[in-house]
Amino acid sequence: MSVKKKNQIDLLSRFLILAVVCVGFALLRPEAFLSVDNITQVVFQQTPFTILMAFGMSLAIISGGIDISMSSTMVLSSYLSASYFQQGNYFMGLVVAFGVGLGFGLFNGVLISKVKIEPFIATFSVDFMALGLAYVVCNGEYVYGFSDGFRSIVNGYLIPGIPNVALVTFLVFAVLYFLTRRTIYGRTLYSLGHNKKATKLSGMHSDGVILGVYVTNGLLAALTGILYLARLNAADPSIRGTLTNDSIASALIGGIAFCGGTGSVVNTVIGSMIIMFIRNGMNIMGVSTNWQQAVVGFVILFAIVYERVLNNLMAKYAGKGNK
Amino acid sequence: MDVKQDNVILRMTGITKCFPGTLALDKVQLTCEKGKVHILLGENGAGKSTLMKIISGVYTRDEGTVWYDGQEVNFTNVRQSMEAGISMIHQELNLLPERTIAQNIYLGHEPMVKGLKGVIDYKKMVKDSRELMDRLGLDLDPNILVKKLSIAQMQMVEVVKALSKEVKLVIMDEPTSSLTDREIDKLFEIVEKLKRDNVAIIYISHRMDEIKRIGDCVTVMRDGQYIDTVDVEDMDLDTLISMMVGRKIENMYERHYREPGKVIFETKDLSGWRFRNVNINVREGEIVSLSGLIGAGRTEIAKAVFGDEPIEHGSYTLYGKQITRTTPVKSVRNSMGYLSEDRKAEGLVLQMPIKENLVAASLTKVFKGGVLRSGPEDEIGKKYVAELRIATPNAEKLVGELSGGNQQKVVIGKWLETGCKFLIIDEPTRGIDVGAKSEIYKLLDRLVGEGYGILMISSEMNEVIGISDRVYVMKDGEITGEVTRENMTQEAIMRFAVGGKERAVNE
Repeated sequence: MSVKKKNQIDLLSRFLILAVVCVGFALLRPEAFLSVDNITQVVFQQTPFTILMAFGMSLAIISGGIDISMSSTMVLSSYLSASYFQQGNYFMGLVVAFGVGLGFGLFNGVLISKVKIEPFIATFSVDFMALGLAYVVCNGEYVYGFSDGFRSIVNGYLIPGIPNVALVTFLVFAVLYFLTRRTIYGRTLYSLGHNKKATKLSGMHSDGVILGVYVTNGLLAALTGILYLARLNAADPSIRGTLTNDSIASALIGGIAFCGGTGSVVNTVIGSMIIMFIRNGMNIMGVSTNWQQAVVGFVILFAIVYERVLNNLMAKYAGKGNK
Repeated sequence: MDVKQDNVILRMTGITKCFPGTLALDKVQLTCEKGKVHILLGENGAGKSTLMKIISGVYTRDEGTVWYDGQEVNFTNVRQSMEAGISMIHQELNLLPERTIAQNIYLGHEPMVKGLKGVIDYKKMVKDSRELMDRLGLDLDPNILVKKLSIAQMQMVEVVKALSKEVKLVIMDEPTSSLTDREIDKLFEIVEKLKRDNVAIIYISHRMDEIKRIGDCVTVMRDGQYIDTVDVEDMDLDTLISMMVGRKIENMYERHYREPGKVIFETKDLSGWRFRNVNINVREGEIVSLSGLIGAGRTEIAKAVFGDEPIEHGSYTLYGKQITRTTPVKSVRNSMGYLSEDRKAEGLVLQMPIKENLVAASLTKVFKGGVLRSGPEDEIGKKYVAELRIATPNAEKLVGELSGGNQQKVVIGKWLETGCKFLIIDEPTRGIDVGAKSEIYKLLDRLVGEGYGILMISSEMNEVIGISDRVYVMKDGEITGEVTRENMTQEAIMRFAVGGKERAVNE
């Protein structure tokens, strides 16, 4: 069986998990879960934030690394830019937000590609730094109350029926999909995830691509930070919450292997959807958030075991085909 | 073959093993006697390792019987076979680098302090290790960490480890692939000693010269099938090779020597990690070899030239361009190709298809303006699969699923596609079976005929003598001599390799 076909079957089976989750909740609570309001709320309003952050995590994992620092970078960049956005100085707001994202991205990238520090250790340390700085800057003073114009970047509708936040997420998805699947950058990224040394010795720009991954993540964090400001109408450090864990979980449940080199941003989207629908369904059923946390852990394990069973089945099928 | 029953330690009959999609072993038989060396011969993928893994309990067989030491056995894990006195020396090193030699030797069966179960008697372990190593003629301190040893020394520690238990049957899987001649002698002394102790030995090797030296009988396997077993005395090398590959190889080293062209690569006092003041050159249409013992600094030169390790001092010129600092990216741009000695770890991305590996060093060709055009990629894939005769149904197959020889062809294809004309090839035929080897030599000959210049690093003396125009010999990081084709003999090369610095005879 060709790799392509195998990946397609794997992806299809992830959709199946998503479908099973949705059908399950639909049977349990048809009226609440199946309403148009609920579904659009989850897909268009809740998931985009998780998806954007999980995109970054996925890129890092595909390259053979990991990025723990994104959520703290997001908090810091949204804090530093919040007052500019509040004053209506969008230009400075964008410069500061993306500047902070770019700065931390570059810092991570240089630590990993040039100083050769393990991605986990580098981004783990940077995570502390960014979060610490955010609290220092915040100093107990919260920025809140933004103009409706600013808030429309999340809640507005450029296309009827689809909120802008979902539109932005889709655009990012399209760019990343193209970048990872159709460009030299993407080819090098996957090659790196499988075999760093061979990639380097083939004369590919491996250091540049690794730098690119973490810079992309910094920028994604900045973007998500701005969207959160508009959504919450406040700069709030607690939004960092479980975002790092959720984005790792999205990648894993979506089928992006931790050893690198496999999966795509499509997997990320499905993984995020699965998590968010499970959360939503359990909310409707009145299950406490603590239980939800435990269930997500179980689902991650389930996804991994499921993948293994699927692979074995495919190997068996392929074996029969050849005989 | 006439076998006395009471002397037989192992008898396997009708062994069959299936893996998904392939029949790895098809009714294979093997009989080993005490005090004899039984050579197992066959190309890669012939099923030798699978058969050995069935003996040692790593795999379980689907069909067939195994008689060991007078009774029918069915080992289901390695521990059982170890306890029964079967010890295996793997081709890959399985040592813990951060532990001492003694800790590695007794890993899993450490001597315990008397009366205190679970507490290791370190002193006794060191003492026993030292005795064991003395007995086997290995002069090393058992307290050194394994990571400080050379590859060859590690291989010897593996041997000591395998013999640290009571053994009746020792399986050696290409144990000499990273040993120098002197260490090979030592290993063969150990083998002789084991034979005198009535231990049976199964010896897997690709090296024909070793068979006559230590073997008693030879079993040939091909494509998972048992072909024949012959006594070494009655054996004829050519018949053996044709049994192995299923066809006749007329001329292993086919070279068409031509008058070389202009110098395309030349180093000037090149120094780096583990090599100093190297002055060598390669001309158009030449295969120039770097010979020397393992650890002489040959691979280090290649890595520095390609830019994987820094050049500390000196420079080299390539097509007239002087280079003092470089990176792999720049080297590829300068039309240089580098086939590293470890093709699985450094040359290929095993989890990617053949076609994607083939274009890995020339991505700008298939990503016009940075964007993928799958047309050219598919064409390049098809072209090299046909041209280099890579055994695969199509170029979509994962490189990891190919045999060693075909993998090497993919690496060569990768560099040909870049259009480079200067290639550094490090151990081009390591772990490759005879049939594929001769194909690779033919290919190299064709390339120099087309004007390529090739710098080859090889530990296989036959190969060096068989296909080189000239040979530079290294010892301890320095070039100690140059041997040209007229006086290219094993003795001439070895004199420089072990003898140290006396200038080349033919200068």
